[in-house]
Amino acid sequence: MSLDKNDVRRVAFLARIRVEEDDLQPVAEDLNNIIAWVEQLSEVDTDGVQPLTSVEAMAMPKREDKVTDGGDPDRVLGNAPDRVGDFYAVPKVVD
Amino acid sequence: MAGASEKGLNALGVADIRDGLAAGDFTALEVTEASLAAAEAASDLNAFITLTPEIARERAKASDDRRAKGAALGPLDGMPVAVKDLFCTEGVLTTAASHILDGFVPAYESTVSGNLRDAGAVMIGKTNLDEFAMGSSNMTSYYAPVKNPWVGPNGEDLVPGGSSGGSATAVAAQICPAALGTDTGGSIRQPASLCGIVGMKPTYGRCSRWGIVAFASSLDQAGPFARSVKDAALMLGVMAGNDPKDTTSAPNAVPDFEAALAGGVKGLRVGIPAEYTMDGMPAEIQALWDQGAEWLKAQGAEIKQVSLPHTKYALPAYYIVAPAEASSNLARYDGVRYGLRVEGDTLDEMYANTRGEGFGAEVRRRVMIGTYVLSAGYYDAYYVKAQKVRTRILEDFTKAFQDVDVLLTPTAPNAAFPVGAKMDDPIAMYLNDVFTVPANLAGLPGISVPAGLDKDGLPLGLQLVGKPFDEATLFRCAQALEEAADFTALPKYLGGQG
Repeated sequence: MSLDKNDVRRVAFLARIRVEEDDLQPVAEDLNNIIAWVEQLSEVDTDGVQPLTSVEAMAMPKREDKVTDGGDPDRVLGNAPDRVGDFYAVPKVVD
Repeated sequence: MAGASEKGLNALGVADIRDGLAAGDFTALEVTEASLAAAEAASDLNAFITLTPEIARERAKASDDRRAKGAALGPLDGMPVAVKDLFCTEGVLTTAASHILDGFVPAYESTVSGNLRDAGAVMIGKTNLDEFAMGSSNMTSYYAPVKNPWVGPNGEDLVPGGSSGGSATAVAAQICPAALGTDTGGSIRQPASLCGIVGMKPTYGRCSRWGIVAFASSLDQAGPFARSVKDAALMLGVMAGNDPKDTTSAPNAVPDFEAALAGGVKGLRVGIPAEYTMDGMPAEIQALWDQGAEWLKAQGAEIKQVSLPHTKYALPAYYIVAPAEASSNLARYDGVRYGLRVEGDTLDEMYANTRGEGFGAEVRRRVMIGTYVLSAGYYDAYYVKAQKVRTRILEDFTKAFQDVDVLLTPTAPNAAFPVGAKMDDPIAMYLNDVFTVPANLAGLPGISVPAGLDKDGLPLGLQLVGKPFDEATLFRCAQALEEAADFTALPKYLGGQG
């Protein structure tokens, strides 16, 4: 499998990374080098093998479902590039 | 404050400083001033993104006050340490060496750096790294590359390795006795090898990941750099421990790693994995590896050949799993909650502009690879396949550890290389981690010990990989290697000597 310009445009959109039209082809070639290299994994027989989801042989710890922190909007919003009151501000999303 | 005595202080390790502070030979403030002066003198190495002299002096004075009252906290009370700028530090700029985190000042402290702080350690600054810890050279930092304190045979500047290159350089140049790093695919062990110091990646789950800027969450682990195995053991003892804020942090008790150093390696079974002999590996690295086995054998260890058949697939599996996790983790950098924002007409445009400008080339490459392998139609072919190969790799280790207690391998396939090399060939750069990545995929502890010099007089490390949560055996074996190697060579640049 290899990526063409349209694939890169789609991946760049999914990743929300701006890629200029002139850069689509060079980026495709760059990504294809890596994709071609990782495809050697197809040589490995993985029939009946479960995908690894955790290296740890332990059960997920559980805690009581209660609020333990919060009520401090100024600490939370302290690094916001833009805020209005106790809210993050973003460009208008509905007309 | 600058004076002849401070040159002596910079050369001291963690255990030396602990003992000297306890004996009243010097104060925490004196040791801290020596570290800060060395950091200033070595600023050309670019090891630090931010120095924190006010915090350092305040904590050093507090440490001296505690000690005067007979209330010293433990082995690291008053110890100058450098912190990789991937650990969130309360009230101190935290960048991950990325443009996209411009101006980010966390309101909280990472658990591991907090454990050090609470034990009285003195943070002198935040060290440079590859952007978001993605790299093996420190070339991808937004804050310019770090220089290795060792120089090439013709005086050329060399990389310190990566991603924790600033921390490795700070320790190798004797700016401070120890530093914090993180290791996702070799980011502690490889720079330790290239800088001639000790670097340790603990078992996955040994240290809390809470408050560390996430790269690949199933692989990331914090660990120490130091100039001796004993010093690294003292650091890990304070860093490690269960943390309810990280559900992958293990509930296992933390042993006394310093006490565990005693006992030697008599009867220890050391495995030599055949598949780590790579085509094109320099003969001197093979020779050093053989020498390492001889050193351990001479001290009574039993050397056994083992097989890890899927070794060659570890690196390509890593370059699916790590970018996939990174693409998910780095989705949070959207220009809304912290850091850089580049405006756009719509919300989507603002996201894309911010991330296009805020991420460097290697981070963009990995996020796009990760997005692709997780996208509809490719998820099974790439991501699930890689996770199945990862199972195979873990099975290889589990089988090998039925016959041996530790594995001995080279740490890296080469010594430090010139600044700027390998930048036009990502796969050549990725190959730097060929010997370190398998331990991350399997969650195993690994340590790099400086073991010799190559033909150009540059340091080479040997790696030991251990069973899960058996760092104690790993440290003990590492100390046996360290004693036999008797590595005393020093780099050209030493911060303490200006």
